[in-house]
Amino acid sequence: MTAGGSADPAVRPALDPPARFGLGRVSDLLWRHPGATVTAMLALPALWLCVIYLGSLAALLAHSFFSIDHFSGMVRYDLTLDTYAELFTPANFDIILRTVAMAAAVTLASAVIAFPIAYFAARYARGRWKALFYLGIMLPLWSSYLVKVYAWKLILAREGILTWLFETLHLSWLLDAYLALPVVGGTSLSTSYTGTFLVFIYAWLPFMVLPIQAALERVPASMLDASSDLGARPSQTFRHVVLPLAAPGIVAGSIFTFSLTLGDYIIPQIVGSSRLFIGQAVYTHQGTAGNIPLAAAFAVVPIVIMAVYLWIAKRAGAFDAL
Amino acid sequence: MLTDAHPAPDPSDAAGTPDKACPAVSFRGVSLHFGHIRAVDAVDLDIAEGEFFALLGPSGSGKTSCLRLIAGFEQPTAGHITIFGKSAVGVPPYRRHVNTVFQDYALFPHMSVIDNVAYGLKIAGQDRASRRRAAEEMLALVQLPDIGARSPTALSGGQRQRVALARALVNKPRVLLLDEPLGALDLKLREQMQEELKTLQRSIGITFVFVTHDQGEALSMADRVAIFHDGRIRQVGPPEEIYRRPRSPFVADFVGSSNVLPPEFVRQLTGRTRPASLRPEVIRLAPEGQAATVLDHSFLGAATRLAVAMASAAGSARMHVLLRPGDAVPEVGDTVRLAWEPDDLHVMEFEE
Repeated sequence: MTAGGSADPAVRPALDPPARFGLGRVSDLLWRHPGATVTAMLALPALWLCVIYLGSLAALLAHSFFSIDHFSGMVRYDLTLDTYAELFTPANFDIILRTVAMAAAVTLASAVIAFPIAYFAARYARGRWKALFYLGIMLPLWSSYLVKVYAWKLILAREGILTWLFETLHLSWLLDAYLALPVVGGTSLSTSYTGTFLVFIYAWLPFMVLPIQAALERVPASMLDASSDLGARPSQTFRHVVLPLAAPGIVAGSIFTFSLTLGDYIIPQIVGSSRLFIGQAVYTHQGTAGNIPLAAAFAVVPIVIMAVYLWIAKRAGAFDAL
Repeated sequence: MLTDAHPAPDPSDAAGTPDKACPAVSFRGVSLHFGHIRAVDAVDLDIAEGEFFALLGPSGSGKTSCLRLIAGFEQPTAGHITIFGKSAVGVPPYRRHVNTVFQDYALFPHMSVIDNVAYGLKIAGQDRASRRRAAEEMLALVQLPDIGARSPTALSGGQRQRVALARALVNKPRVLLLDEPLGALDLKLREQMQEELKTLQRSIGITFVFVTHDQGEALSMADRVAIFHDGRIRQVGPPEEIYRRPRSPFVADFVGSSNVLPPEFVRQLTGRTRPASLRPEVIRLAPEGQAATVLDHSFLGAATRLAVAMASAAGSARMHVLLRPGDAVPEVGDTVRLAWEPDDLHVMEFEE
């Protein structure tokens, strides 16, 4: 026995007596009933999720099956599919197509830009570099979204820094040629779809980088060695091993970029042509127009699109590596 | 045309014409340094074709780095590696007909077992039917038929090990590299796999280079063993030679935990001021022997091991002694008398 061995082992009891009151008693009780612990932890979030979150979603869904009386402007509470039919009028359907195309383009471009960044962070960055990576990715999220969008408007405006840069480099003809293109062009970058596209990518890129990085982080280096060892060139290793293993991260990231683009109404309003996106349509229909059912029907569109997208992704095996 | 630096690979290399006179793998002054760390330091090594060669050493001794140099995952900082006589300098892993069984098996989790095994053949451009047939044959060879459709994540450690083996062997490598392949298995399975690997190597006849930190595994399986320590090879030879005639105290102690007697002590016994190795099992209890005090005894199952202190004019030496069956186990503090054949005391060349 060492001298520091405190009390005589014969005196010290092997078990402490049970707590009779206070936190000790609660701890003992919860320890004996692990189910109660889980229930206590989940009760509040479950209540929130069911009542406030799913409840309002149900109310939204319900409203999309009502319609509006165009004479009185009142909501008619009879179940109907008329409101959905209204989505397919050319004006409304254009809005949906425009938004989906933009969301797809933004998602694709974000994935292409985010992948190398995430790959570097997961494979090569260590210690200080990793901290710098997280800081660099998260920093834009610390400032106000509105300020960032307006800053971009200044960058992209006709009198903005980009125009100046092209002039300085004697490349104005290039910018003008680009702006003369149909669809993607316009009077200036800040009033074109290209501008909207660039700002969307800027705003959502962190949401694409982080999930991809997390997925790549879980791929052990030996997996890449093994592929190379079995004769695969780097490009083949990328296609057959890296990409499938990163797929869950890419899908997770694209859920963010896709759904955020589908629902956003601020960016297209500040930067871009004046043509509407789904978010703006919802905004105007529930506000000035007072057409809650049509707003609700518009809001259901992104939900349906996301559900279809996830179903396709699952069928394509994107979650096999999970 | 490149004229300086390294000679361009011989074009006949692609046909894979074997040169029987050449060693399968040859290292000349090979070093691999990471900054100040000398993972591999001026290693010379020749591994013959068809040999079962073990790289044995404690962790961090450079044995796995040597394996990665052969596979091509690392390029040497200095020195030259040839594989069947052809320079491997600057040749990427995917152009080497060398395959590896990884320590963590590195099976692809998003592919079925059969697709894992057929991966190398798929990359090589074989058609689906023939590569599946080859993969199934290989799974049968490692005694895992009928699991091709399963996911590797659903397999036990031993099964994954066999799948990793099949995935490497299906490519008919000239050299198979195994990085501590049995390390994650429990003792019983490990012993069984040791025998199977040895039988497999004999039957297919290709060169196996096997990394392990388990000296028992290296001694029982390999034709020759290289002992690594601090990035250098300390001794190369057949297991028996390494065991009986270690060249340095490190080798003596690492392989089979020999008693390393200090030089002054050995001078008393032999007149030579050199360290010596004395295996615990060659020491016997004998009334005419030297006196030693028993410090401890441990029951090992097959034998009982005594820790004793043997006093001499040059001070006291601590030794282990394996008792023979039937020997009475002395109590701690008892004095025993120990003797051995003069030949069994192996005086070593190197002090370090």
